[in-house]
Amino acid sequence: MILTILSLSVLAGLFGLLLGYSSVRFRVEGDPLADKIDSLLPQTQCGQCGFPGCRPYAEALVTGEAEINLCVPGGEDTIAVLAETLGREVLPISDEHASHVPALAVIIEEYCIGCTKCIQACPVDAIVGAAKQMHTVIENECTGCELCVPPCPVDCIDMRPIKADTSTWAWPQPQLARGVRN
Amino acid sequence: MARPHTFPGGLKLEGHKDISTGQPILKAGIPERLFVPLNQHIGSPAECVVEKGEHVLKGQMIGSVTDYVAVPVHAPSSGTVIDIQKFPAAHASGLPNDVVIIEPDGKDEWRERKPLPDITELDPSELRNMIRCAGIVGLGGAAFPTFIKLNPVGHKISTLILNGAECEPYISCDDMLMRERPHEIIDGAKIMRHALNAGKVIIAIEENKPEAIDSLQALADDLDWLDIQSIPVIYPTGGEKQLVKVLTGKDVPSQGLPLDLDLVVNNVATAAAVHLALDHQQPLISRIITVTGSGVRSPRNIEALIGTPMSDLIDLAGGYTENADRLIMGGPMMGITLKTDATPVVKASNCLLVQTPADHITEATTRPCIRCGECVKVCPVKLLPQQLYWFSQSKNLEELQTHNLFDCIECGCCSVVCPSHIPLVQYFRYGKSEIWKKEQETIKSDRARERTEARIKRLERVKAEKKALHAARAKKTAAGNDRKKEIEAAVARAKAKKTEGTENLDT
Repeated sequence: MILTILSLSVLAGLFGLLLGYSSVRFRVEGDPLADKIDSLLPQTQCGQCGFPGCRPYAEALVTGEAEINLCVPGGEDTIAVLAETLGREVLPISDEHASHVPALAVIIEEYCIGCTKCIQACPVDAIVGAAKQMHTVIENECTGCELCVPPCPVDCIDMRPIKADTSTWAWPQPQLARGVRN
Repeated sequence: MARPHTFPGGLKLEGHKDISTGQPILKAGIPERLFVPLNQHIGSPAECVVEKGEHVLKGQMIGSVTDYVAVPVHAPSSGTVIDIQKFPAAHASGLPNDVVIIEPDGKDEWRERKPLPDITELDPSELRNMIRCAGIVGLGGAAFPTFIKLNPVGHKISTLILNGAECEPYISCDDMLMRERPHEIIDGAKIMRHALNAGKVIIAIEENKPEAIDSLQALADDLDWLDIQSIPVIYPTGGEKQLVKVLTGKDVPSQGLPLDLDLVVNNVATAAAVHLALDHQQPLISRIITVTGSGVRSPRNIEALIGTPMSDLIDLAGGYTENADRLIMGGPMMGITLKTDATPVVKASNCLLVQTPADHITEATTRPCIRCGECVKVCPVKLLPQQLYWFSQSKNLEELQTHNLFDCIECGCCSVVCPSHIPLVQYFRYGKSEIWKKEQETIKSDRARERTEARIKRLERVKAEKKALHAARAKKTAAGNDRKKEIEAAVARAKAKKTEGTENLDT
């Protein structure tokens, strides 16, 4: 009897030490689920979900504060992968009027007064310029979030849809003939 | 000769090749305008180096490149550059591409051409560079830069295979080239063999081209390194991996290259282009194209300058028949539909097929998949087309990749045998481009994430720096205040002393 209690207590103590040690030794920094969710979001950083960027939205999704259907640029595809990852039901997109056409911000240079307001608004630092100098957008880095448009005091920023060319063109999904169901 | 090797699947198709081989290759003249696209190869497009109004000579470089997977573009004839603009491209999308429009002066005046020293004296890397500078790409239809294929990167190449199979129906440009200009192919093979340091060269030709086999065999008899092999007529035996299987019995690994088996496969027309580029200093500015199909009156092969509008070729082939209604660049199995006959000839144009309504199945006859498995039987790369079809329909990109979608060579056998007339290849092309699109998006979003994180860090740093600065300033003002007080106190003391002094004087 005594021997059993003793051996079990010793074992429990050993396992406790082992678990305690591993939790310190193999500690994972940050929130791995939030990281995973963040990697599924399109990273436009547009804030249309109501959160100040993709990462905060990912964190809110993990804690359950936000619905999975708020990401407009991600659209249905993102809702589907979020539903799968988080084990939630697929929902229709929250803002059904919101449509996302991939676009680039273009500064109309002759109107730019060099106020730097758009530079401060850009979430990915894709606008270069200095006070009273003309600003310009780094095309390759622009996510098309439109956050630079409202702060511009002279309305000199245009959002131009990205045109498909032969290098970016993708084959369309074949349409089934009418009346055919699979 | 015993031929024990075959690849799985494949189809015996009606050739329709005789209709275009009756007449010799016709040299098309210089057209009124040349429309030379800057992007005619797989890889990054060339960058235009001429200006509007500039006079260019035949063979002068008009598009230069900096990226590795790219080759330059040359002026096909002498004349004046009248514009650089967007123009319908020979591309599946039908979207416009950057095109240099040249108005030829009719003199066909060459740029300076210096004869080369003996090719065999040159270093293989020098040879590859010359082949690149001549703008040579694979002329079988894929237009992949040839100089890359001629770089064995660590492999000891046992055999260079020259592909003269030309298995797709209707196309006969390689057949005519082999019949009429076998010496060009063999001279090109010599150069390629030297560049690769390869042991043997095999020219593989389908049995249905006896004239081509005879004309090459006549020259090959004296050469111990060259072997002409006739191979059975099964579509798609002209596919690189299928050809390797037929000739050697070996399988090229999934997503691998013939290079993994120490083999290199090039088209026979590419070999001829290499010969012209090095022995005659003539960059790739023309090619042989088969103009054929039930939609033209007099089908034949034409040697045309790159940039010649397809409509000119139609005229040379006797014009359209009354019911011609569809233009295809390439063959009926793998070709792409052209929207207009103003589209220019490019390096990849091996065939211009003009069809009539009788030639194509309309999409209205598409029926649901009945899982009969016919497509599996004919697939030359042992894929499961019916499975891939479902995954493509449901956009299940992961399953598409695990079912080896990227091994699909888009030969079209599955679409042809499908009793429900499902355009299977279209589904696979769609699946492939969706996966590529996804990859590009991931690259872009990863960059955006990095930049956002960097920005947040920067803003925090700036904030912290400002805070530190404020604190330092506050301390300084506090210190300043103390000093002020000290001075004031000193002034007060001095004043007090002074008044004391005067008081003393007064007394």
